Amino acid sequence: MNRFLWPLVGFAVLVVLLAVGLSLDPRDVPSPLVGKPAPTFSLPQVAAPERNFSPKDMLGKVWLLNVWSTWCVSCRQEHPVLVEMAKTKTVTLVGLNYKEVRGDGELDADKIAPDAERKLALERSNAWLDKHGNPYLLSVLDLDGRVGIDYGVYGVPETYIIDKAGVIRMKHTGPISPDAFSGKILPLVTELSK
Amino acid sequence: MKVWLTALLLALAAFSLQAGEAAPLAADEAAEKRLVDISSELRCLVCQNESLSGSHAELANDLRREIRTLIKDGKSDSEIMDFMVSRYGDFVRYRPPLKLTTLLLWFGPVLLLVGGLGALVLYLRRRNQAIVDTPLSTDEQGRADRLLNVKDQEQ
Repeated sequence: MNRFLWPLVGFAVLVVLLAVGLSLDPRDVPSPLVGKPAPTFSLPQVAAPERNFSPKDMLGKVWLLNVWSTWCVSCRQEHPVLVEMAKTKTVTLVGLNYKEVRGDGELDADKIAPDAERKLALERSNAWLDKHGNPYLLSVLDLDGRVGIDYGVYGVPETYIIDKAGVIRMKHTGPISPDAFSGKILPLVTELSK
Repeated sequence: MKVWLTALLLALAAFSLQAGEAAPLAADEAAEKRLVDISSELRCLVCQNESLSGSHAELANDLRREIRTLIKDGKSDSEIMDFMVSRYGDFVRYRPPLKLTTLLLWFGPVLLLVGGLGALVLYLRRRNQAIVDTPLSTDEQGRADRLLNVKDQEQ
């Protein structure tokens, strides 16, 4: 009996290990920023570039920082969910427009002067929001992706849930699906808003 | 003679042109070497099987630029490592630190090896016990010898 049992047990263990391994997403790297204060920054707003926004402006509120860009294909997939999310008025969204010009593989950013880059980024992001709807309270412009590095951004879109004390409570990598919103994000936001 | 001189001058000119082009890198050779050393210890998060030094991904470019700035600011290697880990986590390091969560990662292979060796020793011992030495009786030995001899004569 033992002669057959042990290989079978070994096989079962292997199957379980492989099944767990396959169901993990290698792109979903746990962020060390969860539980830490959101890195500070001060960046010009997309709709009103003469005004800057800083995370400390949101102290006392629960909010979502959503990293997006017009060249980002998954962002377009996610966008309708964000628009719906905004309609429910349950969450406050702030957009971080990430490397609008430099991140676009079709543009040669080296040949664009800094002033022109800023102008082009503003035009492109505002036009995109006009066309697809604007779910954000406001968006800010991270032209060189420096703020993105502070937040550990490695693939757009990414979303951070920040609590009233300005601490990051969750990071969602990749587009937010309706299920992820109702199952993960909304419950946490409701909990934090209490 | 003149031709040779011209050729030599041209060669020198070409050489100095080339040298001029490479100057920015050569001027900071030590910093560039440190950049390569540090970034080969780091994983590119966009294409996870590549190191930061070898990746052509946009983010890898940005991060190399960031490391270059940190080197210029006089930060030590461990400070630069901390900068990366505090943003991207231990996963960014090819050699993650020894922690409770990484114990299995560090010692898992040894554990498997020890388990495998144990199983092998156990198996071999059991087999040794299972094989019982049964000597042939004189009668059987005689039959065997005859059979063997017949074979020898046939060949």
